[in-house]
Amino acid sequence: MTISIRKVLGVAVAATALAVSAAPASAAGGSKEPRKAGFSFEGPFGTFDQAQLQRGYKVYREVCSACHSMELMSFRTLGEKGGPFYDPKAASPADNRFVRALAAEATINDIDTEIGEPMTRPGTPADKFPSPYPNRIAAAAANGGAAPPDLSVMAKARHDGANYIYSLLSGYVDPPAGLTVNPGQYYNPYMAGDMTPFWTGDHDAVPKGGFIAMPPVLNPDQVTFDDGTAATVDQMAKDVAAFIAWSSEPKATERKQAGMGVLAFLAIFTGLTYASYRKIWKNVGH
Amino acid sequence: MSGHESTYVPKTGVEKWLDTRLPIVRFGADYMSLPTPKNLNYWYTFGAILTVCLMIQIITGIFLAMNYVPTTAGAFASVERIMRDVNGGWLLRYVHANGASMFFIAVYVHMLRGLYYGSYKAPREMIWILGCVIFFLMIATAFLGYVLPWGQMSYWGAEVITNLVGAIPLIGEPILIWLRGGPAIDNATLNRFFSLHYLLPFVIFGVVVLHLWALHTSGQNNPVGILIPKDREKKDMIPFHPYYTVKDGFALLLFMTMFAVFVFFMPNALGHADNYIPANPLQTPAHIVPEWYMLPFYAILRAVPDKFGGVLAMFGAIGVLFVLPWLDTSKVRSMRYRPTMRIFYIAFVINGLILGWCGGQLPDAPVIGNFSTFNLIDGDLNSFLWLTRFATLYYFAFFFVLLPFVGLKETPLRIPLSISEPVLRGPDAMSGAVPAQAEKKG
Repeated sequence: MTISIRKVLGVAVAATALAVSAAPASAAGGSKEPRKAGFSFEGPFGTFDQAQLQRGYKVYREVCSACHSMELMSFRTLGEKGGPFYDPKAASPADNRFVRALAAEATINDIDTEIGEPMTRPGTPADKFPSPYPNRIAAAAANGGAAPPDLSVMAKARHDGANYIYSLLSGYVDPPAGLTVNPGQYYNPYMAGDMTPFWTGDHDAVPKGGFIAMPPVLNPDQVTFDDGTAATVDQMAKDVAAFIAWSSEPKATERKQAGMGVLAFLAIFTGLTYASYRKIWKNVGH
Repeated sequence: MSGHESTYVPKTGVEKWLDTRLPIVRFGADYMSLPTPKNLNYWYTFGAILTVCLMIQIITGIFLAMNYVPTTAGAFASVERIMRDVNGGWLLRYVHANGASMFFIAVYVHMLRGLYYGSYKAPREMIWILGCVIFFLMIATAFLGYVLPWGQMSYWGAEVITNLVGAIPLIGEPILIWLRGGPAIDNATLNRFFSLHYLLPFVIFGVVVLHLWALHTSGQNNPVGILIPKDREKKDMIPFHPYYTVKDGFALLLFMTMFAVFVFFMPNALGHADNYIPANPLQTPAHIVPEWYMLPFYAILRAVPDKFGGVLAMFGAIGVLFVLPWLDTSKVRSMRYRPTMRIFYIAFVINGLILGWCGGQLPDAPVIGNFSTFNLIDGDLNSFLWLTRFATLYYFAFFFVLLPFVGLKETPLRIPLSISEPVLRGPDAMSGAVPAQAEKKG
């Protein structure tokens, strides 16, 4: 009888594992698996590298934000614990001098409270990141019909998000011979898509990847990092990917640290409960 | 509510006063002292685990609803606001989102346990049927809840599932519009889904009370599957508290540990990345897949070439569970004593996993390698389409062929007369020639 129960147990474990790993199949052709950037924030103990987040913010501000919005991000979030501009001396993220200065650089559209007319004013820590376009239609119209996606939660919106962003930004290559690329499109092996209709070469060797409307925007030394780090394409891609990973879930470090405490508590409590169970059941013949 | 005699004696004056007016303390005391078979193994702890799952979902859900905005313009951003700016909001949301998955892990184990030990057989049919009602309500609640973040999978999942109703001949289309609150999925749909998602867990709670009422009336089944004779109750039964409170508590804590690993270290592993893309009615995702716990039923839906036929098969797959007590012809409850049926049972569990696997794949994709064999009717034999069909066939055959016929044909092993004494019921039970198998604790 024991055997059958074990079998069932094994099956149940396998059930969970299978159900969890039942990822949907990729499209025909598919895309290349993202390269591993070896981020500091990976794993249960990983935390964000503040210098990297600051560099990443600079890449976002100077390059990405020309086209991409980050509507869910407030300036004050930059000064939260674990964030790129966290300052332990600041009473709150809103009092953080870096955050105030960065917010003030932005121009915010508002309504004049005296006369009710539209006006602009410098940003405050409470403001959201301003969007480059007034609305989605304008964003699409300015970009050949496809609005650049909002980057607020991009690292969660793609499989293996941070590595994907890093690989995509630093992974542009010339399209292989035999691949017809439409005007206004760029080939990227990490982009999702199916290249079969555009491929005139060998049918069994359809190149992986897809077309993306975003040109390769990162060029060497495009930004000047304040900490003296050499601004290679790889470095900028890695840093901005780290920044977006952080902005996608600013509470990720807090979550993992809380988790350690919860698991420690559960381990002790489970142990005590098991001891009680053994004691209470000691005299029950079964 | 419980079937056993009350042993509660009110001690204080307040208790005595209350006991003659509203015997709620007696009710609680009787609940805790309920005689319970002493051989319940860990598979029997999932009832308690599920109760806690429901409570966790309701409590986290109430707090999430305080911050959630049920409009197409505000839903996505409000969920992210919970993640960023609401105190402890990330914890509430991740517990709630992963809690749904944990709930389904537990309910599948609980149902398969009931199937294995024959917990649906007389006199426990009502417990089983009420459990099926709960399961159906859970699926509905989970589906409605998945729509609320208003991501791409929310929107397109709602599109696919509500469209199923449209497949009903004649009346499908008007019902579809009524269900969605308009010709397309929009703000009206999101609003009503939010309202119903808040309502249904309380309905589930009510049915859980009935489920427990039925349980306490007909008594717990046990791994041996026998009804415990009155004269053996002293030897075979122990009070629920403290024996099962502590055993369930221990199992619950192990379950919570797994739950915590998901919530704190891999909170998005069970979800789909596309749901972090705001809903866009103009852009269909490459693959619309439901959450993992719906995949077996999604596979059955797609196995049938006709859309309405698929809908019938999918609902039939859940509906058949309701009549299970009358499909199984065996007099023996526990599959411990049904060696033949046990093999079919294990195959049924594996088959369910295969269906789940199929549900997440493209129907045309090859199962083994990257080659095609020969075309069978409308698809290659080496495709998930056909694997799904074979698995669907086995799913229904298990209920409509195997359970009725094996029950009539098989020779079950001899069954002990009681839990604690190795006395066998059967032709040679009295000869003592074959010693009974010692029952090992689960």
